[in-house]
Amino acid sequence: MVTELFAPALYETLFPVGISRYAVGGLLVGLGAVVIYLGTGIPAGASTFLESTLSYVSDQSRFQQYVSSRDWRVVFTLGIIAGAFVYALTFQSGLVSSGLYESGTTGELYDVGGFSLWLTDVQPWRLFLGGILVGIGTRIGKGCTSGHGVCGVGSASKTSIVGVVTFLIVAIGTAQVVMALGVSP
Amino acid sequence: MPLIFVGGLIFGFGLGFSHMARPEVVLNFLQFEDFGLLFVMGGAAVVTGIAFALVPRLFDRAPLTGDTYGRRLKSFDRNVLIGGAIFGVGWGLSGICPGAAYASLGVGNVTILWALAGMFVGAYIQGYWRSQRAASETAAAGAD
Repeated sequence: MVTELFAPALYETLFPVGISRYAVGGLLVGLGAVVIYLGTGIPAGASTFLESTLSYVSDQSRFQQYVSSRDWRVVFTLGIIAGAFVYALTFQSGLVSSGLYESGTTGELYDVGGFSLWLTDVQPWRLFLGGILVGIGTRIGKGCTSGHGVCGVGSASKTSIVGVVTFLIVAIGTAQVVMALGVSP
Repeated sequence: MPLIFVGGLIFGFGLGFSHMARPEVVLNFLQFEDFGLLFVMGGAAVVTGIAFALVPRLFDRAPLTGDTYGRRLKSFDRNVLIGGAIFGVGWGLSGICPGAAYASLGVGNVTILWALAGMFVGAYIQGYWRSQRAASETAAAGAD
């Protein structure tokens, strides 16, 4: 087991809630991408949806190039929302549990009809400003964490590996600076 | 289309289960408080890696589209670095990326609409700018 590779104290420090929910979730993310790949041959990414969906309302050539894929990208995104909702109705609500799932203490849970939904504590200005930069950066940089990170790295694409290393390092630096400035949450 | 929905369903469930739909958990990784995210990205890339290596050898064409199976290869240029860096600042500030933002909506986090609105604004800004630039370059080339 992975746990035996580390001294217990170090493992506790690196992975305070264990690794199983992360590893299982990651395997499912990969499986979802593979299901689509097997059926269609498409290595799916999540961020092109931002531009392809704009093609419904804008004539700009950058968006119009995605007209042929915009419909399935909407379906993919609705699937992601629905899948996360199924998780919310089951594990997040505590109606289904597993030794592999560790619930968290982040954010706030609220109750709707006996089910637990979740709200972030991260401030809206951080989400909005960060979102703008994510929208610009993922589209200029040819991919996001799913396109480059999951499908690109899975393809052993050098471009994607360089892209992932770039955004990981910059994101770590940014988050550390934001934390050092005392911005929380 | 039903298959893409099912694929998205599994993908989104995985993002919820792994808590990647929670910006706090992503920020905890970036701030070195919980390294679990490495297992999400790594676990997913291992699964796609195996599939992208095996499937093209086992089958000729995708049953639903008739397309041949390829890998996700994109050309490298400095845009990958510039865009990656801009994305990194945004991700580090907000703790959210596109796929996780859609999933976050699914777990009930309506506050994430701020991030989604931002992402559409950002995508529009770069798309507008690059469309205009492409148009002016074409016009300039035509005038020569």
